Amino acid sequence: MCGIVGLFLKDKALEPQLGALLTDMLITMTDRGPDSAGIAIYGNTAEGRSKLTVQSDEGDAVFGDLAEKLGAAIGAGVGLTRKDSHAVLDLPADKLSEARAALATVAPGVRVMSSGETLEIYKEVGLPRDVAARFEVSKMQGSHGIGHTRMATESAVTTMGAHPFNTGPDQCLVHNGSLSNHNALRRKLRRDGVHIETQNDTEVGAAYLTWKMQQGATLGEALEGALKDLDGFFTFVVGTEDGFGVVRDPIACKPAVMAETDQYVAFGSEYRALVNLPGIEDARVWEPEPATVYFWKH
Amino acid sequence: MQTFDLAAEGLRKLNETLHAQAGSTNQTLWEVVNPRGSHAIAVGLDAPIEVTVKGSTGYYCAGMNKQATVHVQGSAGPGVAENMMSGTVVVEGDASQYAGATGRGGTLIIKGNASSRCGISMKGIDIIVHGNIGHMSAFMAQSGNLVVCGDAGEALGDSLYEARLFVRGSVKSLGADCIEKEMRPEHLTLLAELLERGGCDARPEEFKRYGSARQLYTFKPDNAY
Repeated sequence: MCGIVGLFLKDKALEPQLGALLTDMLITMTDRGPDSAGIAIYGNTAEGRSKLTVQSDEGDAVFGDLAEKLGAAIGAGVGLTRKDSHAVLDLPADKLSEARAALATVAPGVRVMSSGETLEIYKEVGLPRDVAARFEVSKMQGSHGIGHTRMATESAVTTMGAHPFNTGPDQCLVHNGSLSNHNALRRKLRRDGVHIETQNDTEVGAAYLTWKMQQGATLGEALEGALKDLDGFFTFVVGTEDGFGVVRDPIACKPAVMAETDQYVAFGSEYRALVNLPGIEDARVWEPEPATVYFWKH
Repeated sequence: MQTFDLAAEGLRKLNETLHAQAGSTNQTLWEVVNPRGSHAIAVGLDAPIEVTVKGSTGYYCAGMNKQATVHVQGSAGPGVAENMMSGTVVVEGDASQYAGATGRGGTLIIKGNASSRCGISMKGIDIIVHGNIGHMSAFMAQSGNLVVCGDAGEALGDSLYEARLFVRGSVKSLGADCIEKEMRPEHLTLLAELLERGGCDARPEEFKRYGSARQLYTFKPDNAY
């Protein structure tokens, strides 16, 4: 099944509550996916700085001197904020790809969860309540975010198999469904130089959108392309640095509910996920149409 | 009027309480508060009671209903009134996928729009939708009536058997073996009764009727066992 949620704030006054609101939505979707959970938050960042969110099961053995080692490797100051099995590395924006490449030698066991100026992704195996608590997601601020509770149908139940998937700077995607042509598409994208790490179908969907946007498509155009080039069942919720999009396949078996008020746009696999949002009683609530791209931008 | 707080007492207690009204209850009016999109609200009822749900529901509200009238004062999630046998279900808002699927009797009234697969495999239920319906509605429908005051999505009535489909607005496309049929006096009479039952502000003359062309292999004697 899987459960997906998303919240795109229009009202800055709600930004301090973003993590708390998303956590509540995520936990409500636990019985759609208790295998793993993940959340992507678009928060604040300093001018000219970018972030790499990384994961390691080794804890301080790896994170203890990671900032110094990475800083030395790229010749720049690197900051590190640890959160349980994850750490956010803060570094100059123009060193982002260099730092990511250097990580492979500086700390080979470390896995990259996300990269970008504002995006941070936290994901782990376990119940959504536990995952959200480990990373104190409810205390996080931001302008928008998406989340996922996984009931695994494609690939293993591992940290890397959890959603959201980040395949380009500040881009991420969560998925409910299953893609049937992901193996062929993965081969094609890899031939075109797209970095894909796992056997998971959703990562291919995310990488496809990144690839389209690298070719100059807007997110909206990339989502239109997904309707043509992806086979299978999917409801996607995607985030970019300043945008939030939703698309369902033409068959639209997978459930989806949206709500919009003056303060926010919200997405849930079920209406239950939305019931604690402020002003939901007066929100415009609707079911997104099949094969129709919905997109909002700050 | 009995009030049941779903948030305080839970789903199992709600359905146990409503099931216990079977037979000759005097407690015929029930109100369910705090539904908050919960699943399986008021399923399997079998008594002439009236249940009003004060808000929106999740999956399978009022499924397998017999005799009861269930009124949802909000929107309904997937599978509302699925496999209904008799009674009435009214949804004030929109209904999600497969509303009234496999229903064998009774009436489902949706005052907003219904999503895809409305009335899929319906087997005698009457479904009356004030708004639009989505794609693949009435797929493999076998009997009963589907009335749509708005528009219908793609592949309406695909592989239809004997059900009657009445649509006032546009039909995006007809499914396999579904054709437009003439509206005879008996259909106008039937539709007038359905529109009145559904509280619709529409005239039977404004609708077109669709049904099975009976040309698929399932209708050929050569294919019989």
